[in-house]
Amino acid sequence: MKSYALFQKDFHSELRTRYAINSLAMFIIVAISVILFSIGNENISPGLTGGLFWVIIFFSAMSGLSRAFVSEEERGTSLTLQLIASPATVFTGKLLFNLILVFLMNIVITLLYSMLFAEFIIQNYLLFFLTFVFGNIGIAISSTLIAAIIAKAGSKGTLYPVLSFPILLPLILTSVKLTSFAIDGVPISEAFFELAIVLCYDIIMISASYMLFDFIWKD
Amino acid sequence: MTDFSLQIHSLQKSFGRRLVFNGITFKLNKAGVMGISGPNGSGKSTLIKILAGINSPTKGQVIHSSDGKEIISEKLHNYIGFVSPYLVLYDEFSAWENLTYFSSIRKISFDKVKVENLLDQFLLLNRKDDLVKAYSSGMKQRLKFIFALMHSPLFIFLDEPTSNLDDEGKLTVYNLIQSESKKAIVVVASNEKSDLIHCDEVLDLNNYKN
Amino acid sequence: MIWKIFLFLLLCFVSIAGIAFPIVQSPTKWYEFPFILGLEQNAKIIFFHVPTSWLTVIAFLMSTIFSIQYLRKKNLDDDAKSYAAAQLGIIFCILATVTGSVWSKFAWGSFWSWDPRQTSIFALLLIYGAWFALRSAIESEDKRATLSAVYSIIAFLTVPFFIFIMPRIMTGLHPGSADDTNAGPIIDFKMNFSMQLIFFLSMIGFTILYFWMWNLGYKSIILKEKINRQLTRG
Repeated sequence: MKSYALFQKDFHSELRTRYAINSLAMFIIVAISVILFSIGNENISPGLTGGLFWVIIFFSAMSGLSRAFVSEEERGTSLTLQLIASPATVFTGKLLFNLILVFLMNIVITLLYSMLFAEFIIQNYLLFFLTFVFGNIGIAISSTLIAAIIAKAGSKGTLYPVLSFPILLPLILTSVKLTSFAIDGVPISEAFFELAIVLCYDIIMISASYMLFDFIWKD
Repeated sequence: MTDFSLQIHSLQKSFGRRLVFNGITFKLNKAGVMGISGPNGSGKSTLIKILAGINSPTKGQVIHSSDGKEIISEKLHNYIGFVSPYLVLYDEFSAWENLTYFSSIRKISFDKVKVENLLDQFLLLNRKDDLVKAYSSGMKQRLKFIFALMHSPLFIFLDEPTSNLDDEGKLTVYNLIQSESKKAIVVVASNEKSDLIHCDEVLDLNNYKN
Repeated sequence: MIWKIFLFLLLCFVSIAGIAFPIVQSPTKWYEFPFILGLEQNAKIIFFHVPTSWLTVIAFLMSTIFSIQYLRKKNLDDDAKSYAAAQLGIIFCILATVTGSVWSKFAWGSFWSWDPRQTSIFALLLIYGAWFALRSAIESEDKRATLSAVYSIIAFLTVPFFIFIMPRIMTGLHPGSADDTNAGPIIDFKMNFSMQLIFFLSMIGFTILYFWMWNLGYKSIILKEKINRQLTRG
């Protein structure tokens, strides 16, 4: 269908230019290295590793997810997209691209992180998995929407984390809590409220995105 | 022959608090060519973008109809062809790839024969698999025409259509406007007299400045 | 004019009364405040901290409402109203954060302890900051108004989380948090009559001050733009 075709175009373009993958992969390695070096030989509590995990995810998202809209705007192809797709199709296509990117990126981060940080041991795998899935969906949705906004503004690079952080804050706070629950082995029945918060966040943000995107996209 | 029309009621556009034009009203209900003229900065590009549904007016309405029914803005893009100097195509893809993606994103079946004819008409057939990055500005302009026509639109909007083209290219465009104007509504915005000569009527933006 | 004098006198009275009236164990005179467990001597900051926090939220709400009006009507006057509200909102937010952390130092020992309410006001400060940063990055008036309106609305959606949900899931020091057995001095009416009087007068005074400043603010923005246009037109 149409948004899938748009995703295919973006994916194909990415394979040709390899922009996002290269810079994003390097960013993840650099971010994790910086934290490893800063910690040195200190022992850190398992809860702290949970928090740092989401810090790396947030900054990696800020590094890679704005490209979906910023590249179109900078090259002038936004007009082309307006001529071939409705705003809803454009948003869905870009969201699909960012979802795949977020999941790929965070799987890599999770693997590297568990290898390099000995204290990061998950006891409740199912809870971590649910947090991972719903949290990543939330990050993708909000990041895509904010990327659409900053694509139309100047100084895009620095503006992106500044605008995204307050919007992602509820999601990150709850996800950090859930991750520390998963590390401590808290059963899912006790984490219902927090999981519900993350799910509600996803639903609210995606509804708001579709309603507001028309205003952002069309001049 | 489908029944289609383009109606404009009391159109006004302001950027912030600066008025660009005011009080434009007209109706086109059969195939033909209309021109928009005016000096640089008078709002020709703005007007033609509003007519194409790309920008919104500050006041007034633009209504596109096909078969007597209004076309809603979400679906409008499939009925419209648009060419302008500031339109950019994807230069990491070849011409052919650009056009196939445009079809699949529009969800309109890719008419291979028609596209090849168009490429031939605009002298791009032997370069269709080269990346757009390597095209000259004239070739890019001609590719934009193919993009605008490949889905047989009812409404064709051309903003400065002969920019970047040599005399042979200009002739192709004028022939094209003649043939398309028999089955579609064509609107041409231009400074050049040679572009506007072919129009059935011309709207001068100087008359709508207050 | 007479309203301005009245407002001036009201706010003077509230400020002096709020700071000067003594707090004693069992108030006997009309100008004495009771001793509230948990708040004690530093209770007086309630006259300044609560109104400023309240007003920063009101300002944010108004900014968002006028943003929505702009999106519907595309009238730049609504954008000016939204901007004037946000300007006041960020000032009150900074005041609320500062009065809050001063209070926090005396009541709980440190200037900042990531209590959920503190985190919420900090998040609101970040939202305001981001909003102004976005506005300064866009040249075109229409685009600036539209994009900042959209951002206001998105940010507004996160506010319920901070106000209602976060205090429930996190333990905190604020009166009324998850683990506080006191319901808080306002709800429990531990304040005696004169304290309540000063408190509500303070709320009313600050609210009138806010609306007056907002009124002046948006009108001056609209006038300034008119003058700019006259000047550039030459």
